[in-house]
Amino acid sequence: MAIIFKPSPSLPPPVTSVGAVAWVRQNLFSSPLNIFLTLFSLYILYLLVPPVIEWAFINATWEGSSKAACTAGGACWAFIGVYFDQFMYGLYPEAETWRINLAVILLVVMVGAFAVKTINKLYLSIAILVVYPIVAYFLFAGGVFGLEVVETSLWGGLFLTVLLGVIGIVASFPLGIVLALGRRSEMPIAKSVCVVFIETIRAVPLITILFMASVMIPLFLPEGLNFNKLLRVLIGITLFSAAYMAEVVRGGLQAIPKGQYEAADAMGLTYWQSMILVILPQALKLVIPGIVNSFIALFKDTTLVYIVGMFDFLGRIQAANHDSNWLGTTIEGYAFAALIYWVICFGMSRYSMALERKLETGHKRN
Amino acid sequence: MTNTNMARAQLAQGEEAIIEFNDVNKWYGDFHVLKNINFSIKKGERIVVCGPSGSGKSTMTRCINRLEEHQKGTILVDGVEMNNNLKNIEAIRKDVGMVFQHFNLFPHLTILENLTLAPIWVRKTPKKQAEEMAMHYLERVKIANQALKYPGQLSGGQQQRVAIARGLCMQPRIMLFDEPTSALDPEMIKEVLDVMVQLAEEGMTMVCVTHEMGFAKTVADRVVFMDAGEIVEANEPHEFFDNPQHDRTQMFLSQILNH
Repeated sequence: MAIIFKPSPSLPPPVTSVGAVAWVRQNLFSSPLNIFLTLFSLYILYLLVPPVIEWAFINATWEGSSKAACTAGGACWAFIGVYFDQFMYGLYPEAETWRINLAVILLVVMVGAFAVKTINKLYLSIAILVVYPIVAYFLFAGGVFGLEVVETSLWGGLFLTVLLGVIGIVASFPLGIVLALGRRSEMPIAKSVCVVFIETIRAVPLITILFMASVMIPLFLPEGLNFNKLLRVLIGITLFSAAYMAEVVRGGLQAIPKGQYEAADAMGLTYWQSMILVILPQALKLVIPGIVNSFIALFKDTTLVYIVGMFDFLGRIQAANHDSNWLGTTIEGYAFAALIYWVICFGMSRYSMALERKLETGHKRN
Repeated sequence: MTNTNMARAQLAQGEEAIIEFNDVNKWYGDFHVLKNINFSIKKGERIVVCGPSGSGKSTMTRCINRLEEHQKGTILVDGVEMNNNLKNIEAIRKDVGMVFQHFNLFPHLTILENLTLAPIWVRKTPKKQAEEMAMHYLERVKIANQALKYPGQLSGGQQQRVAIARGLCMQPRIMLFDEPTSALDPEMIKEVLDVMVQLAEEGMTMVCVTHEMGFAKTVADRVVFMDAGEIVEANEPHEFFDNPQHDRTQMFLSQILNH
């Protein structure tokens, strides 16, 4: 006679080991030290959060034409509202700001088009990297098709910040790659040129480079031969950032096993083919965090143009703080600046993480 | 003695040499890694190179497609001298496939892309044709169903077979194998050796650095034994294994065959 073993039905797990209660017990109150830290953190939050919310939202003033209108005791956001256009566009003529908006929309649409499968990615890249900059330049500067000329000295605000950041990033990235390859090159002249360039630029503060670009270069150039200050500053920022980029990329190149170089060589690929098709795709993927780190640093460093008399986003906010109608709105200005910078930089960081996940191909290299 | 053996082997074949080493010397700094290598390999010959580690066997093989530079002497591959002329080197590399110990597949490309990369960019084969050829060779090494995976998703044996197929896609005249089974688990060695035996039977010129003596006995036309940067002995397999001429060869064989 067979005895059949019938297990009794399982009891539900105790309430203290599943669900929210268990999570709280495990993560917040698992030991006396954790209990203390949890309670302490709650106390700090209690001290900080309500006053901030009260200041930023409950007691805030959203409308008004001067500091005098802000009587509720909270943040004076009316200041941001009044100056908003200047923070965004600098002194760009109000009637012409549609040109900047149009250029931004155009860029967003073109970049968004990468998601459309039927569009040829190569042509789209060429359009973005070659055609778009020309179109955007004439939109910003004017002088063609009856567009009013707008001097670059009027360009400012977030527009200038993004312009410096984007051009600096797009131009310094390829330059950095070339410098990194040059530094690892076996050709002595190319190698020493790259080493000297990288080490010189990295040893000098960005402020010095910006001063040189805006003050010293015009002194050295002969009378009449001069070029735009914005362009000079852009070149300075690009060269500065390229030197850092080069070292990040070099780190990636060094992490690629020798076997990858040998396999590419053994197939008969030329130097540039093996770099572009085999080595760089792997090396750049490895150093995405470092690259984005440099991009974020560059984007924030662009605020230094303030000291050579260019009013970028932060510059415009600081200038507005000196308006006698709005004295005492410094905190609101900086809070707004911090928020915008945070949104942009956090976006870059999230994008880089998504990119890393997308490029992951299963396993580590062999 | 070494030279007489070689001369005999050359006479026996009596065909044109496709690879010729003339008095080749190479140093790593002060270390003399290749000493007066004189050796020639004929079209369609299967050469197995063996010897203790550090004997220079990989280095010698890698000189053939100039992954290593030699400092003295000449190496002729297919009549072309391997020197600093980049055009010559690239031209020879097109015709010389290489399989490495650690496979060296490109991890960021799929198996199919690994195979079509060189045909498309070096041979300028149209993409569609290159893919057809790649699938043909993948079928021959019996992993056509993995074509769209990445190397990291395959086992070591599968990766090495992909690496062989990748070499074959360039339709090379010579295939070099640098310890192709040394990094594999024992149960995967056979699947790779099977592919290599098949290739040997088809008449491919092969230079194979390996410790697989069974493979050497079955397919090699000549076995080359190297020690301390010199070719100590080169002979037909049955002569080499049954009647080794040199003490060092005898010692090496007794060490690797009796364990």
